[in-house]
Amino acid sequence: MILYLGKRVLAVAGVLLVICAVTFTIFYVLPTDPAVHACGKTCSSEQIALVRQEMGLDRPIHEQFAAYVSGIAAGRDGCAFPCFGYSYQNSLPVWDLLTDRMAVSVSLALGAALLWLTVGVLIGVASALRKGSALDRTLMAGTLASASVPVYFTAMILLLVLVQYLEFLPYPDYRPLTEDPVGWATNLLLPWVTLASLYAAMYARQTRSSMIETMGQPYIRTARAKGLHERTVVTKHGMRSALTPIVTIFGMDLGGLLAGAVITEHVFGLPGIGQLTYDAIFKADQPVMLGVTLLAAFFITVANLVVDLVYAGIDPRVRYA
Amino acid sequence: MATTPSTRSGRSPGRIAFDRLKRDPAALFGASIVAVFVAVALGAPLLTALSGWDVQTFDKSAIDRSLGGVPYGDLGGIGAEHWLGVEPGTGRDVFARIVYGARVSLLISVAATAVTVVAGTVIGLVAGYVGGRTDTILCRVMDLVMSFPSLIFMLALLSVAPDANRVLLLIAIMSMFSWPYVGRIVRGQALSLKHQEFVDAARVGGGRAAHILFKEMLPNITGPILVYTTLAIPANIGTEAALSFLGVGVRPPTPSWGQMLDDSLKWYQVVPSYFIVPSVCLFLTVLAFTLLGDALRDALDPRGTNA
Repeated sequence: MILYLGKRVLAVAGVLLVICAVTFTIFYVLPTDPAVHACGKTCSSEQIALVRQEMGLDRPIHEQFAAYVSGIAAGRDGCAFPCFGYSYQNSLPVWDLLTDRMAVSVSLALGAALLWLTVGVLIGVASALRKGSALDRTLMAGTLASASVPVYFTAMILLLVLVQYLEFLPYPDYRPLTEDPVGWATNLLLPWVTLASLYAAMYARQTRSSMIETMGQPYIRTARAKGLHERTVVTKHGMRSALTPIVTIFGMDLGGLLAGAVITEHVFGLPGIGQLTYDAIFKADQPVMLGVTLLAAFFITVANLVVDLVYAGIDPRVRYA
Repeated sequence: MATTPSTRSGRSPGRIAFDRLKRDPAALFGASIVAVFVAVALGAPLLTALSGWDVQTFDKSAIDRSLGGVPYGDLGGIGAEHWLGVEPGTGRDVFARIVYGARVSLLISVAATAVTVVAGTVIGLVAGYVGGRTDTILCRVMDLVMSFPSLIFMLALLSVAPDANRVLLLIAIMSMFSWPYVGRIVRGQALSLKHQEFVDAARVGGGRAAHILFKEMLPNITGPILVYTTLAIPANIGTEAALSFLGVGVRPPTPSWGQMLDDSLKWYQVVPSYFIVPSVCLFLTVLAFTLLGDALRDALDPRGTNA
């Protein structure tokens, strides 16, 4: 088990290193000069040359890359560990920018994930148990429609109806959980619902098909035949097995969202990592883009690892040597 | 007297699937919406000639410049003159932008899907058939590509890429991150096919690898590939819209639905119709392709009962 974990952690580090190298090379090879963007349009060519030197852009790429990677691992001169470079546009280290906004994106992702997982699984199980009924058909038509609605549409409709016309909720404005828990929840409610409506639909469909397949297995018949309560059959025998594939996609989806839901954050104006990414695109803030890409890759690969470990806990057939 | 064979016998699997599809109302609904949008995209110049407004003409008489360009009329200027209203601020015809936007949306998503499926199929077949070290390397590459944070990476790439041919660039970048998903499916199928007798027979008979891969094995896995293709198109339509929405898609003045939605964000409180129209178009195309894909999967499922 420890050996397995060690191997997997090494593999994660390897994947991150390759992603870092690829991203780095792309930014290096493409014909945009980070120094020009960092310095601003009014800079003279001498100033740009100075910035280039300061950013290390005059050195060969492998040296720059080595400096970048060792900076992440151990810090560099004037840039504390973990050093992801410096955003000249924001006049802040990239790591500080990321950590400042992390709470928003994590709040958004976790809240939405809780919502979509609950709603999606409930709908899926209810549909599967009454397969072919009017309830099943209504729920499935609803989820199909909901999965096809673009996120921006959900967001703008919710804002228009609940915020502008009915004045039922405030325009989302992030409040830290530790300072104002009620404000945190009421302000994040719309973004949560927006994100969750998309994912819940996909989860409901996935749960339904997985549940239908499981409930047709012989061991379910056995469980019923030995006189178990139907609720026990459904929850302990049916759902436990049917939900294992859900764990995989849940891990990947959550991992993908932790580093910022770009569209949702942009529409609602939430100051998370997604919004940071959006701003970085327009300001060609390459150190920030690089940092965000790595952070996102980190969350995805780690989420995959966690999923595999969790699997061993819920599926007794899976054992790691 | 010659026996007349029953109509049920001797139908090919493709024929069975097609017959099932023809009787599936969801499939017919999906297919007809897809047909409408394809027709709209192909006939865009014709449609704008009919409506009388092209993509670029600014109709200053349709917007109230004292209010910052809000369209005259209740529903964002929807009426006999401008069928779907006008763009706030500029007065460009929304109908024209929608029909030309359909071209961009469908072209990019279909082309990206085609590239994805072809690349994924070839790589998956080779990995599954050749096996050994080739398989290990290809699988590692697929794992690696799949662990890229694709949306963020696409944003990063598109934001620094040169502005040469935006459509081609989008197609390339969108397929770059999705081929492993096809590759995985095809590899799995190829693994189970490669030890079957007909493949052995072809090999013993001296068939070249290309012949075995594409003439012997490929015809047996068209089903899953076809289903993946139909379901990948709506996903790509969504991705293209998202990228345009975030400002890194096709460049103005080329119209695209995502770009219209991006622009509509500034106006949604004043001119709701301006975001509703492209949203509904996106919704309908995505829904239609999904319905079609789902129906296709059911129709191709050999366990299906209603043959």
